[in-house]
Amino acid sequence: MRRGWFLPVTATLGFAFLYAPIISLVIFSFNESRLVTVWSGFSTKWYGELFADPQMLGAAWLSAQVAFVSATIALVLGTLCAVALVRFKRFRGRTVLAGTVSAPLVMPDVITGLALLLLFVAMEATLGWPAGRGLVTIIIAHSTFCMAYVTVVVQSRLTDLDLSLEEAAMDLGATPVRVFFDITLPIIAPALVSGWLLAFTLSLDDLVIASFVSGPGSSTLPMVIFSKVRLGVSPDVNALATIIIGIVALGVFAATVLQLRSRPKKLRN
Amino acid sequence: MSSYDIDSPPPRRRAWTGVERALAAVGLSGKALVIAAPAIWLTVFFLVPLAVVFGISLTLKQFGRPPYTPLLTTEEGTVQLTLHLNNYIRLFTDSLYVAAYLNSIKIALISTIIALLIGYPMAYAIARAPERWRNILLMLVILPFWTSFLLRVYALTGFMRGNGVINQVLAVFGIEPLVMMQTDFAVYVGIVYTYLPFMILPLYTNLVKLDGALLEASADLGARPARTFLSITLPLSMPGIIAGSMLVFIPAIGEFVIPSLLGGPSTLMIGRVLWDEFFANTNWPRAAAVAIAMLVAVVVPVMLLQKAQDAVQDSGRTR
Repeated sequence: MRRGWFLPVTATLGFAFLYAPIISLVIFSFNESRLVTVWSGFSTKWYGELFADPQMLGAAWLSAQVAFVSATIALVLGTLCAVALVRFKRFRGRTVLAGTVSAPLVMPDVITGLALLLLFVAMEATLGWPAGRGLVTIIIAHSTFCMAYVTVVVQSRLTDLDLSLEEAAMDLGATPVRVFFDITLPIIAPALVSGWLLAFTLSLDDLVIASFVSGPGSSTLPMVIFSKVRLGVSPDVNALATIIIGIVALGVFAATVLQLRSRPKKLRN
Repeated sequence: MSSYDIDSPPPRRRAWTGVERALAAVGLSGKALVIAAPAIWLTVFFLVPLAVVFGISLTLKQFGRPPYTPLLTTEEGTVQLTLHLNNYIRLFTDSLYVAAYLNSIKIALISTIIALLIGYPMAYAIARAPERWRNILLMLVILPFWTSFLLRVYALTGFMRGNGVINQVLAVFGIEPLVMMQTDFAVYVGIVYTYLPFMILPLYTNLVKLDGALLEASADLGARPARTFLSITLPLSMPGIIAGSMLVFIPAIGEFVIPSLLGGPSTLMIGRVLWDEFFANTNWPRAAAVAIAMLVAVVVPVMLLQKAQDAVQDSGRTR
């Protein structure tokens, strides 16, 4: 295999492009000056300011609640949907279900947000529920679009699954539900974990849909960040970004280490 | 093959058997429940909302709650259905909407091509890297995706603004500061920057499976590297190219955050127009009509690309 200079150089430049803005964001979060791009000395005061900001803390708490509940609902519904699509080859409306579950993946956020808001308004007018908008409506909206991602992740794992294990359990007399909980679920557990984490991250990150379906007094973290960033640079957003990047880097690092550790075990068995 | 459809499982004294019996007693099979739960949720919170959007796009703005004219009215005991096409007529006659529509497609298309030109060599380099490096490099591609999208766009504003990092570096070399923020250029950079991982991953998955023997055979037969790339690597990686391009192009069309944070007032994109109709003008029916038009803009390319991908896969299978 000929090794030229072209590929390594473009790859290096590409990675520099991906990481340079993030690194500069982290560096300037420790800057003393309010001017985010002029270095005037090391300081952690923006972190202090961040943790003293009740609006920011309230929004972070709301976002965490929404993300936790939505990811869990999305996990249950998405897994059911994946099982239905992979295991039940023929049922009425299968094509419709397959199409509908993947549609949110390509649906622009502005449409999803507007559609759900108009639904909630119409429902409130006719059924009296949901009364007003806030936590519940954001959770419903996020569960719906996150469910599509969970379905894709679980579906690909189920498709690869060796059917003979499940068939063996059936032959030994296990009922379908028991086979699912005793055999299938433990095997697809890694896919469930990554599906849940993906849903959690997507929910935590969503600005557009939440802006449509939230009500007064229920601003999620991205909504607060967006309104601050729109007015200009604010160093406490840099501090927040640094914390988030730190958590994500730690999480990904831990996941990689766990994966590497579990590998020799599998070989031994 | 479908192993869940076995009738009359042998009796077992286990909790799950009890659950199944209880379900069967009320006339429900586990299968029906597994299908029904996601199907009902998606119908209520995905299909019905789209129908509601279509309905409201046929009404007119009015002052009151809700801020649109009712579709159904009862007058002297008869139910009347009132439909207005005004919103759609405005979409085609007002140059703002047409320009925004076309501009969104243009911006998405150019960004996709740039992302492909940057992403392809990166994916190829990762696929050709020594095996112990591959996972680390892939992790580096995925890592930014797990951090917040909004914060990454924000990171770019700090990079490109008038007194930002790029201009400070340029100043060291005595180059005049560039105006990058609030231009179409910034929007291209923003889309490529945030969606590059989506381009790289499918390309990598495709390129890593590429059989090295084919490349060697081509080289042995005297083909130069460029020729080998054009006649072997490129055609074989077509499914990856299509998948990656779809994953960048589709979200780029409806993008709202990037044009509103990085673009200027002249950067018209359909997602931003919808947002402004709704939040700034509180014209819900107009926003709904824009959404329906946008849906067409997204669905048509998706269907075309899906068809192209199926065709590529079919030809790959028959070969």
